[in-house]
Order: sequence, then C-alpha cells, then structure tokens
Amino acid sequence: MVNIKINGVDYSVADGSTILEAARAAGIKIPTLCYLKDINAIGACRICVVEVKGARTPVAACVYPVNEGMEIFTNTPKIIESRKTTLELILSNHKKECLSCVRSGSCELQELCYEYGVDETNFVGENPAVEMDESAAHMVRDNSKCILCRRCVAACAVTQGIGVIGANERGFATQIASPFDMDLADTACVSCGQCITACPTGALREKDDTDKVRDAIADPDKIVVVQAAPAVRASLGEAFGMPIGTNVEGKMIAAMRRLGFDKVFDTNFSADLTIMEEATEFLNRVQNGGKLPLITSCSPGWIRYCENYFPEFLDNLSTCKSPQQMFGAVVKTYYAEKLGKDPKDIISVSVMPCTAKKYEIRRDDQSAAGVPDVDITITTRELSRMIKQAGIMFEDLPDEKCDSPLGSGTGAAVIFGATGGVMEAALRTAVWKLTGENSDSPVEFKDVRGVEGIKEAEYDVAGKKVRVAVASGLANAKALLRKVQSGEASYDFIEIMGCPGGCVNGGGQIIQPASVRNFVDIRAERAKVLYGIDEKNPLRRSHENPDVQALYKEYFGEPNSHKAHEVLHTSYQAKKLYK
Amino acid sequence: MAFKKSAVPFNGTAEQEARLNKVIEEHKNDPGALMPILQKAQDIYGYLPIEVQTMIAEAMDIPLEKVYGVVTFYAQFSINPKGQYKISVCLGTACYVKGSGDIFNKLQEKLGIGSGEITPDGKFSLDACRCIGACGLAPVLTVNEDVYGRLTVDDVDKILEKYA
Repeated sequence: MVNIKINGVDYSVADGSTILEAARAAGIKIPTLCYLKDINAIGACRICVVEVKGARTPVAACVYPVNEGMEIFTNTPKIIESRKTTLELILSNHKKECLSCVRSGSCELQELCYEYGVDETNFVGENPAVEMDESAAHMVRDNSKCILCRRCVAACAVTQGIGVIGANERGFATQIASPFDMDLADTACVSCGQCITACPTGALREKDDTDKVRDAIADPDKIVVVQAAPAVRASLGEAFGMPIGTNVEGKMIAAMRRLGFDKVFDTNFSADLTIMEEATEFLNRVQNGGKLPLITSCSPGWIRYCENYFPEFLDNLSTCKSPQQMFGAVVKTYYAEKLGKDPKDIISVSVMPCTAKKYEIRRDDQSAAGVPDVDITITTRELSRMIKQAGIMFEDLPDEKCDSPLGSGTGAAVIFGATGGVMEAALRTAVWKLTGENSDSPVEFKDVRGVEGIKEAEYDVAGKKVRVAVASGLANAKALLRKVQSGEASYDFIEIMGCPGGCVNGGGQIIQPASVRNFVDIRAERAKVLYGIDEKNPLRRSHENPDVQALYKEYFGEPNSHKAHEVLHTSYQAKKLYK
Repeated sequence: MAFKKSAVPFNGTAEQEARLNKVIEEHKNDPGALMPILQKAQDIYGYLPIEVQTMIAEAMDIPLEKVYGVVTFYAQFSINPKGQYKISVCLGTACYVKGSGDIFNKLQEKLGIGSGEITPDGKFSLDACRCIGACGLAPVLTVNEDVYGRLTVDDVDKILEKYA
C-alpha cells in the first residue's frame, strides 16, 4: 500500500495502481474517453488529466502510477479548464447530430460535454468529408463522429487478435479504417461487434433492422415468430435503467408479445436441440474415431474467424448450425408443417446479443426449407429501441411465459449465453449417456465456468478420460488453437465463443460506458443471471426438454438422423483474409 | 483520404522477394522491427504497394492494417511507384506565398493525379516537398534533377511538354 493525498484528503491505496484507479477506490470518478481497461491505456485523449504536486504539467490519470507521498488534485480550476478545452477541440471536428444520434443518451462524449457545460466551440476543425462505410452486413462506421480514441482498434487487435481496423494517415487526415481503405466487408472482419460496444460515441453502430421487423409485423399475410437468445434477458433491463445483472426474462417475453409478434418463442428451445445434436456428434466421433477435438459452432464470429485464420480446423468444427439457425430451420420446416403453412408465409425473427448473427443469416447452407432459416435478426439494443419507441413501459410489464411448443428450455440451454455454458450443457447430456443414462450423473461442471479467457478441465467418465477446453474472445481462441497445433495441448472437446465472456458480452448487448466497464466485470454480472435461471429450473439437462423430445418423436426420429442432418447441420468454407 | 490504387501494375521479381525475406528474417525478432523492414523494403522495391505490405504482414505475423497504418503515417514511405519523371513542387513557406500552391493544383489537374500518385502510363509522378534551399527562385519545382524557378501557373504546360 502507498499513502497519497487526493484533493487534500489522505488515502492508502494499492501499490501499482494508476491515479485513475486510486481515485476511484477513494470514491472519486475521473473522466476518461480513450482509456479501456486491459486493452487501451494510451493516455491520448487528455480528458483524465489531473494535477500532481511537483509535476511540471498535468498528467494523464489513466496511465500515471501513484507513489508514496503523492499529492493529487483532480478538480482544480486549471484542470476543469483543460478538460473543457479538450472537449471543445474534440467537438470542433465532430458531427454534432446529437438529437437523433443512436448513441444520444449513452454517448460518453455527450455526457462529458453536459457535465462540463461545453456546447459551442471557438475552434474550427477541418471536418474532412468522410464516406460512411456501410459495406458490412452488421455495422456502419461514420468517422465524422469518431474521436480517434482507438478503443475500437484495441478491441479488434487486442481483445480479438484480428486487427482489420487501425489509424491510417496522420493529422486531420487520420481515419480509423481498414488497410488501403478497403471496405470492411472485404476484410477478415468477423462481425463480432466488440468495436461497437467499445465506441464511446455514435461513430460505430449496428445496422438497424427494426424497420424490417415492424413492416413484417404490420403485414397481415405473414406469421411473424420471434426467438430471443439466452443472453438477451441478462442485459436488456440495462436499457431501462435496471442494474447490470437483472433477469428480465418475463418482461422481455411480455414486451415482444406487445410489439405484435404472433408467436414469442425462445432460443433456449434450440439450444437444447443443439445439445441433442452436438452431444451425439461428440459421442459418435469419440466412439468411431472421428476428428477430434470437436469444436463448437454456436458463435458465428468464431466460425468466420476459423474460416479466415484457422481453416485447418474446419473439419474439427461441429456441423451443427447455431441455435439461432436451428431455431429458424425448425420454424420453417416442422412448425410450418404443423401450422399447415407455406414457409414463405412465415417471417422468422431473432433477437440476439450478437451482431455477427446479421452476417450469419446470409451465409450459405442456412436455408433448410429453401428459404432463409432466419429472415431478420436484431440485437438486444435494437429490441430495446423498439420497446421504447412503441411506448411500452418495460418496468411495469408483468412477467410472462413463451408460447408453446418452441418456447421451452432447460437450465442447460440458458447457460449457453455464458462462456463455458455450451460445454457444460453438452457434458450434462454426454456424461449422462456415457454413464448408462444414469439420472444421478453430475449436473454441474463448475471448472468450465467463469470469465477467464481459457479454461481447461479433465473428467473421468465411465472409465474414460475426457479432456475439454473453453476459450472466449478470439485472441484467446488463437492462443488455444496454437497450443493444439503445436501439440503442446490435446483435447477431446473445445468450446469457443467469439466474444470475451461469451454471448452475455456480445457485440449486440446494451452498451455500458467505459466508466462502468473499467470497474465492473459486466461479463460476470450478466452470467450470474443465467446460472441463476439454470439453478431454478427443475429440468437441467437438454434431453429432458419434453418439447424437444416430442420434436424428435414427431419429426427427426433421432439425433443426427438423415433428416436432422438436412435441417439442423451446415458446412464451412476456408476464406481469404482480404478480397 | 481515400486510397487510390495506382494503375501501374506491380512487377516485383523473385530476386527482390528473396532480398525482402532476408531482411525480414534478420529483423523479425527485434523490438520495433517494422520501421527498418519497411525502409529496406522501400529500398528494394522503390515503393510499398499492397503486394509488398502483404508479404511483410504475413512474414511478421501481424495484421496488414498495422503495416498500412505505419506506412501512411510517415511521409518517407510511398505506396505508389515514382514515375519516369518525378515532379516535386515545393510547398515550403517562401514558395507557397509566391503561389506554388496554384502551380501544384494546376499540375494535379493537368496530370489527373493527386499528391503521391503516378499517371497510369508511369510517366509522371507528383509530390509536394518542403524547402529545397532555392527560396531565391521561388516558386520552385523539380523534375528529376532539373530545377525550375520563378514560375507562374502558365509555365506548367511548357514544362510538361519538354518531357512529353
């Protein structure tokens, strides 16, 4: 511990903390813009400057370490003036479209300008004309709102180990873009959206598909069914002022019903279905000498990454479609038949914590009935905007349940939204099968839980060792796969999720500002919601889902049957890094 | 500044590639290896087109964007080849106040290329430079080693004709 003074008050703070961290521990919030914990400590934006006694100039609190006897002043007139000037300089080169900007209300720049009373600026920036990049399926880049904080660059290069965006040129010409100003769609971008949730302003945003959903609902000739992924219920409440980690499952269902969807279903159903298919695939590969390790295929960001960067692992990927796509495929086949409807008359909508899902619905081999399995996918953020625009008082909604039969899910399904969840769900069923369908087989596999980037475990199942690994975030996936490539590590089954922490921290979730993300692990808080739901569910193994059992009985026969393969499985293709 | 790929095709030889690979091998594990590698790559090829930057990115196992970001940050690196005739217009203070900006604009217009670019036939390339120490002759431009001073916008056509 070191002893310091902040604004004249004595504190004892942890060795090695930065001034930012020390002040926060003392209950003082120092504003930041470019700083993002663990990935972007570059001291570039100068918003976090503070005075340190004896220092010649103000210092950047986000990178400046405390030392014994240091006296810090966070709120002097000089500091306030400096921060105001910084904000004015940023605003001088910023497209002030704040009234209708999608980030109005959640923009970190806007909030600081409000706090510091900065509105107009005496500086005239160059405001270079920039072209919006709308090439990608999932997002839009509008550099006229970019403040060059480089948080998106760090999210892409450091968190995800990809690096398809960076700072090009210099001075006023500096732009965050792809090499040779390629369209994002022509790069190896995996559509994960981590850059969007890292962006402090409205420069990056998901492609808005809410109009398409509204039009579909308004069309009297279409039946519009909606599914919501497990992780959505763990974040949606944040858009309505609820604390991070609030379970809004019941209200989410009620809200979707009030938006006018004809049927409100749950991706949990197809998560259970995924386990039926994937656990069977795993056991088949183990018993018949198939390609191991088997690697999960639920995360479209990961799938694209594998196709781009690790094509040698394509045969290791489970051929299972993602739960979103399985759901859509079941809707357009089994459910359409049940309703006696042409699949063309059904619009299948999904609500996902994920931007890569917008890319996934357009992939090849995702049309079980000859029409797209999923027609429209919106993110958690888009759903929250639809709810607000429709005037639905979310906080006051009753808790409701999904429609039948595609609305049920076990505890194993809901934990898909957290890193390790798919692995645990698969183990629940696989171990149950391997131990002779013994209902006393273990339900909880806690070694694969938690937010660490790479987790490993070994289980003794009916005399056989099963070695598993779980990675989330693509930089971690890369590290894990390199170990497998080099022979340093060997596994039977690997779960990989594109986003760190899994879907709860997906690129489509409600955006939490850096002032929260730097001090609260939103991944862990949201994951707790899912494990809480799991614990309360009397059915905790996917094969116990009665509606899934009925689906096999009535339609697919058994897992991995010919029909199941036609409807529920897909294929992959190696891809070039740049077009 | 939107990147425009030059119409002059890349003509790297196997010999150049071997030299580049040797340079990368030598520097690969040094901290900050990218700068010296880029400098030597530019010595080898004369410029750093996407083909060369991609080779460097792949050999160093870093994203292409990282290479491109550095190349576009430093004025010493050129993404386009230089023409048979390298036109360089001084935009330093003395030349600029004497109207070199207009001359530069006129050249862009006549040649149909921007700063740092090359005409599709490979004949002319155009760059802006800072003071070349001939302020007494301002405004000044050079074509390869030839120096032209005390210019007006009307002189541009005559100069270009000499190299046509």
